[in-house]
Amino acid sequence: MTNTAVQASRAAAIVPLEVAVAETVHDGDTVALEGFTHLIPFAAGHEIIRQRRRDLTLVRMTPDIIYDQMIGMGCARRLVFSWGGNPGVGSLHRFRDAVEHGWPAPLELEEHSHAGMANRYAAAAAGLPFAVLRGYVGSDLVAETDTISTVTCPFTGEVLTAVRALTPDVAIIHAQRADGQGNVQLWGITGIQKEAVLSARRAVATVEELVEELDPRAGAIVLPAFALDYVAVAPGGSYPSYSHGYNRRDNDFYVAWDAVSRNRETFASWMKHHVLDA
Amino acid sequence: MSSTPSLESEAVAPPAGPGSGWSAAEMMSVAAARVLPDGASCLVGIGLPSTAANLARRTHAPGLVLIYESGTIGAKPGFLPLSIGDGILAETADAVVGLVEIFNLWLQPGRIDVGFLGAAQIDRFANINTTVIGESYRAPRIRLPGAGGAPEIAASCREIVIVMHQSREKFVEKLDFVTSVGHGAGRGSRSRLGLLGGGPSTVITDLGIFEPDPETCELVLTQLHPGVALDEVRAATGWSLRVAARLETTAAPTGQELTALRALEQTRPTGAR
Repeated sequence: MTNTAVQASRAAAIVPLEVAVAETVHDGDTVALEGFTHLIPFAAGHEIIRQRRRDLTLVRMTPDIIYDQMIGMGCARRLVFSWGGNPGVGSLHRFRDAVEHGWPAPLELEEHSHAGMANRYAAAAAGLPFAVLRGYVGSDLVAETDTISTVTCPFTGEVLTAVRALTPDVAIIHAQRADGQGNVQLWGITGIQKEAVLSARRAVATVEELVEELDPRAGAIVLPAFALDYVAVAPGGSYPSYSHGYNRRDNDFYVAWDAVSRNRETFASWMKHHVLDA
Repeated sequence: MSSTPSLESEAVAPPAGPGSGWSAAEMMSVAAARVLPDGASCLVGIGLPSTAANLARRTHAPGLVLIYESGTIGAKPGFLPLSIGDGILAETADAVVGLVEIFNLWLQPGRIDVGFLGAAQIDRFANINTTVIGESYRAPRIRLPGAGGAPEIAASCREIVIVMHQSREKFVEKLDFVTSVGHGAGRGSRSRLGLLGGGPSTVITDLGIFEPDPETCELVLTQLHPGVALDEVRAATGWSLRVAARLETTAAPTGQELTALRALEQTRPTGAR
């Protein structure tokens, strides 16, 4: 026997989206679908809805329409977030209905600022129990959120804000493309996706397309295949968000969602037609 | 900032007052745009701040560096973005950085000149609420979107400009929730809390302009927009309003400003499908 104690940890398997979701998202899990306005993994969120997952803790800096849909369809028990609106339009009505009226189920909140959420992912990605930042000071969020605290600098004695590391069971992102080995490349507004993937116990990327080779793109991030468990091809999988270089954000859809989501029946009918039966 | 930057005078001045050529909302966006100095770096919130900041770039401040919290630094959108992450922002930016970088390396150390925010509620010390309306955080009457980047923007930018519609429901004696700190409980609060930036310098509404008193940091009405009566502002303020000894009248929007603003607004998505 040769000396081969070191084993490869993992390498992304390229599978259909249904398989990636079924293998990684289970009832009761803490699930982060990230993508800051850009590259929001709508197709994966819709697949979670179709697989009727329940009691999820949904994590996302900006819940956006995808979590409005998942909350309205009863997937969520808890939401960890920092800004829950329809950008430039107004309210997320399904999110509001859950918080204000407990419909379709009460929604527990764990609420942060963007800076706090970004640092929580970064801490977990770095294998640390918490992150340090200058933040939240004087805000009532400190009293409502138990993952915000303080820490004293051992060198200067300064008291700083500490936020607990955030480790989702699974992180799901959408990216522009992957190669045949499962290396994933994304560019444009890259948000928090790298940190989210590296913070999570399991990670999935949906991509616009598979290519032979990931030639360099300005400002691109490459997530090596060993950082992920599954890659699934989902062209247009970020719609009505967008995939820079492939398609544009459908701003009219975001505006139109206000009316669709305002009413429980209109919402349910839209979801049946466009997601459940799609 | 009690004086209005002088702007290219028009050959024919538009008539003063809403109902005679421009609206109160247009006056608000124009007045907010004028506050932003050319060449400054400005972290822009979506909605009213984004409209005003983009107007400033098209009028007196072509060198204004627009920074959106999506990580787009030096964005030069040719039309109004609907969100802080529209593709046009990344396509036209000088640099696109990740979220950990934008908050930790650019915002937190105080590198950004102006934070430009909106709010659902504001109090006399320009603290703002964007979280909930109602007595209880856990069972709110109205659940608002929440903090987003605002607490740290309000803490760390060199100064803060706030633009919002004014009413008694929005200008309140006591906030239902303090999301982001302006001047806290008054002068000295910010330094006691260890906040880096100078805090709110100007609040622009559809009725007038407010600035913190240099001694107390309480908001003082320093400008009335043309056609607005002082009593209207008092009626739309939920605390006993202080008024500057020399109350000025905001210069009416110029034809150039209105043309630029209306051209911008026309690029906003309408939802027509």
